[in-house]
Amino acid sequence: MSDTLYDKIGGEAAVDAAVDIFYRKVLADDRISSFFDDVDMEHQAAKQKAFLTMAFGGPHNYTGKDMRDGHAHLVERGLNDSHFDAVMENLGATLKELNVPDELIAQAAAIAESTRADVLGR
Amino acid sequence: MIRFEGKAYDSKDNETVLDCLERNGVSVPCSCRSGICQACLMRATDGKPPSSAQKGLKPSLVSQNYFMSCSCVASQDLEISFPASTTGLVFSSKVLNKCKLSDEIVRVRLQRPDNYEYFSGQYLTLYKKKGLGRNYSIASVPDRDGFLELHIRRVPGGAVSNWAHDQLHEGDEISIGHAIGNCFYVAGHPTQPLLLIGTGCGLAPLAGILQAALLQGHQGDVKLYHGSRSVQGLYLSDSLEGVRQQYPNFSYSQCLSAKKHDTQTSFRHGRATDLALQDNPDLTGWRVFICGTTDMVKATKKAVFLTGASMQDIYCDEFVQTKFC
Repeated sequence: MSDTLYDKIGGEAAVDAAVDIFYRKVLADDRISSFFDDVDMEHQAAKQKAFLTMAFGGPHNYTGKDMRDGHAHLVERGLNDSHFDAVMENLGATLKELNVPDELIAQAAAIAESTRADVLGR
Repeated sequence: MIRFEGKAYDSKDNETVLDCLERNGVSVPCSCRSGICQACLMRATDGKPPSSAQKGLKPSLVSQNYFMSCSCVASQDLEISFPASTTGLVFSSKVLNKCKLSDEIVRVRLQRPDNYEYFSGQYLTLYKKKGLGRNYSIASVPDRDGFLELHIRRVPGGAVSNWAHDQLHEGDEISIGHAIGNCFYVAGHPTQPLLLIGTGCGLAPLAGILQAALLQGHQGDVKLYHGSRSVQGLYLSDSLEGVRQQYPNFSYSQCLSAKKHDTQTSFRHGRATDLALQDNPDLTGWRVFICGTTDMVKATKKAVFLTGASMQDIYCDEFVQTKFC
């Protein structure tokens, strides 16, 4: 039985290891940190965990509509491609820090990339 | 069977609590539907949820039977509620002891009612009269003390604090609410270093938490940083010194954030948060408790997280002052 991307990256344990690292990078990234100013950190960390699970090809039930609705208020505040790109960069950097092979990083990036249109409300 | 807001719902085999409620027309906030984002968080006030529905929750939430409704297939009857709702339970109690801890802070010890469960660091509502109460943190330790200890700071114009300072006497009968809050010590990882940062009366919950931890045999370093703008706010010195002499792994710093006064050499100068981070610049692996105003908690939580503490290990209690209407 072949392992899924989620299994290969390390499953739930990998997500747990990645969440704090990823969220720290996001908070320290001036390009996007202001979008997180008003958010309760703990709630946001839980959402980051759900996002990473999805990006790693893990079990989730998010629909395009969920992604759209969830980010609509940020799009109104000016969320655009540059911010999406910044998040993608931080995702890649997090996985690199966790020594995930480039090939798997590319696959996770592709999954995250597939949400761009919905996140940006297009 | 799931009991919620006075109604009973029969759940189907292998049906999650979320599905059961939605099937019955009850709307529950939810997002990922995969047991991760915690949007569907609920609490079992009777019965125990399966631990599989508690994965990723902070230990203090697990202790209080919180669970994620999207991943909870109940194995027993449960009575459930949303996190924000209170059961409205009121207990009768009596003032056992009252004394001044400083010019602005009074210590009140209340009789612990029968079956009154709490964790040091949680808070309760103290009622001046029906419909008028304020929340105060519990500084006592359940396993050791037969009383509930509150530290009440006099708030200028405050509806309850002035009554507590001026009109409450030993022997008076009063009413209190049940214990609420998620900022408390849960046993586990006994060698993990603990950092406690608080300002003003934020010392009350922290004093309870650190004593509860030490009494439960916590072996790791337990470091307290208590800050105040003025000397008046740095209270409980004797008690803290007593704890320090009894437990070699406990240390504390009393921090004055006001302009330097040459006479106060026993206190450190600077903000509690700044001194805590200066002394401990890498908080990877630490468990941190933060108590103070909303702004202080928000800023400290972020600073502590950015230096390496895991989100799961950061416990916060915000003191929100009631606004006058």
